[in-house]
Amino acid sequence: MRKSTPSGISSVDSITITIKLFAHFRNGRFKEEKYELPPSTDCRTVILSLGFRLGEMGIVMVNGEHASLDQLLQEGNTLALFPLVGGG
Amino acid sequence: MDKILRVNMTDLTTSVETAPIEWAGLGGRALTSTIVAKEVEPTCHPLGPYNKLVFAPGLLSGTAASNSGRLSAGAKSPLTGGIKESNVGGTAAQMFARLGIQALIIEGMPTTDNWYSLVLDKNGVTLQEERGLLGLGNFAVVEAIQSLLGKKTGVICIGPAGEKLLTAANMSVKDPSGKLRSHGRGGLGAVMGSKRIKFIAIDDEGAPGITIADPEKFKAASRIFTKAMMDHPVSGQGLPTYGTNILVNILNEAGGLPTRNFTDGQFEGHDLISGETMHDTIVARGGKPRHGCHAGCVIQCSQVYNDKDGNYLTSGFEYETIWGFGANCCIKDLDDIAMADSIMDDIGIDSIETAVAFGVAMEAGILPFGDGKEVVRILRDEIGKGTPLGRIIGSGAGSVGRTYSMTKVPVVKNQGIPAYDPRSVKGIGITYCTSPMGADHTAGYTIATNILNVGGQVDPLKKDGQVELSRNLQIATAAIDSTGMCIFIAFPALDIPECLPALIDMLNARYGAELTGDDVVSLGKNILKTERNFNLAAGLTSAHDRLPEFFKTNPVAPHQAVWDFTDEEIDAFWNF
Repeated sequence: MRKSTPSGISSVDSITITIKLFAHFRNGRFKEEKYELPPSTDCRTVILSLGFRLGEMGIVMVNGEHASLDQLLQEGNTLALFPLVGGG
Repeated sequence: MDKILRVNMTDLTTSVETAPIEWAGLGGRALTSTIVAKEVEPTCHPLGPYNKLVFAPGLLSGTAASNSGRLSAGAKSPLTGGIKESNVGGTAAQMFARLGIQALIIEGMPTTDNWYSLVLDKNGVTLQEERGLLGLGNFAVVEAIQSLLGKKTGVICIGPAGEKLLTAANMSVKDPSGKLRSHGRGGLGAVMGSKRIKFIAIDDEGAPGITIADPEKFKAASRIFTKAMMDHPVSGQGLPTYGTNILVNILNEAGGLPTRNFTDGQFEGHDLISGETMHDTIVARGGKPRHGCHAGCVIQCSQVYNDKDGNYLTSGFEYETIWGFGANCCIKDLDDIAMADSIMDDIGIDSIETAVAFGVAMEAGILPFGDGKEVVRILRDEIGKGTPLGRIIGSGAGSVGRTYSMTKVPVVKNQGIPAYDPRSVKGIGITYCTSPMGADHTAGYTIATNILNVGGQVDPLKKDGQVELSRNLQIATAAIDSTGMCIFIAFPALDIPECLPALIDMLNARYGAELTGDDVVSLGKNILKTERNFNLAAGLTSAHDRLPEFFKTNPVAPHQAVWDFTDEEIDAFWNF
């Protein structure tokens, strides 16, 4: 998994996704970045690659829908990661 | 705690009564709804002499239990035409409890144009004619009462919106910092105004205080309860750091952030008004990210938000307010929204109802979407002064919609729909439809399970499981609203097994009772049924348990979701 460069052209054996981080997940990381991944990468792999523990994951969404850690990411997906937070 | 104070505004008399036996074991919402159902004719005019305004602290208010300082107020709502309970933090609930006041009932209506104030103290309640503070905003009222009666005096008051009987008016309650918390939703401020009471001052000097039947058991249960609150990531970390406004980005991502008067589910300016941005702004300007609305709150989801120059601008700056003027009215400047929040506190008007009303007003062409400066002007110069336009907007979203013949008016039972789109978060739609309160997210907060993964996961975009989820949460919430607890204790209660038993142990230790979990569930069911029966008798039937039809016909982006429950599916809510 590597950051996608603006001029970079995805090779046939990689997909590009957008990763968005929220709340304290942004601390020391980023708010929104594009990443290149091998095809058939699941959410779990991306989360671990970013240095998170699975236990600190509150909400995982792919394209605005709740996703399981096993869900495979597709070209152009947006993966959003939130810690357990709430309001009301 | 068994004193009932009764104030009759028609003949200007007061009395102290002993609570009837059937009110034993009732507090907060259970008690206000029981009294309103028993003593108020359901078909009465909510702003006439036959409505009653009832206050009751929760069953655990005044004790050392964390987060137990909520005060309930109840009446027939002039906004919905049904029963209303609204609860609030601040200092009043704990003072009521220490004074041994189980409930304050205000009935009748003055036969002259005179205004009055009430003072509650250890001797009971005193009624006085009031002249000096009429027309003043809430901040000035609190300041004047504090300088007259002392810093520690508790205050419940109305601003200009309540005096003018606007049906979106709040009652405001002084918080521990001398600022304000609001009895929001449903226009109870107008009911207080109709009784011509400008303020209620509370002096608990020499109060008898609280007696705990089993102090050791109470202390042990309280420790477990507080630990659960601190251990849960939402109540222990998320809410204290970011406040409720952390939800902007979450709902935006999920496509459930109502935008442009419920046209879209995502707002392009979401980041500018988000909890993350607000947190950084508060810190940079020397404000406080954490602040409690009442003594004993361990969550501290409130905050102090300063202006660009580092001066106090507002506190209790909530997600719903920021969503309402932000995404719903397309205002991208958080400072404009904070200014609006402060003015609404001062004039005493509900920030959800008013924001939804402004969304409809913008769609009607009264002012452009995104014009924060004009919102501030209308709040101050029209609503605050009771001009004809101010009265139209200040009487809520339904009022604006009717006056301008709009079809897209997001209300249920004439109460504005809050910050979660029911098409893309379907569980909350069931709560909006069925709650006896009208569209009220707090009545059964399915967002926890639909969106936040608290208490399991129920897919927000599908119909499966939503009715049951909303029913279980509404029953639990009705019970929690009776304890004086903040609804945010539901986050740990849904996930940490020790939390709810500890709450029940505290109730038993406080009163020497032997309640079980089943008893608490029965209490919640009884409250909902009592409220529902009042509404039925008032003329609010199943036909009113419905969302406006545009939710069925207008899909909301990005999921292109529509509201697709049948009437039968919605009505199954009441099968318990």
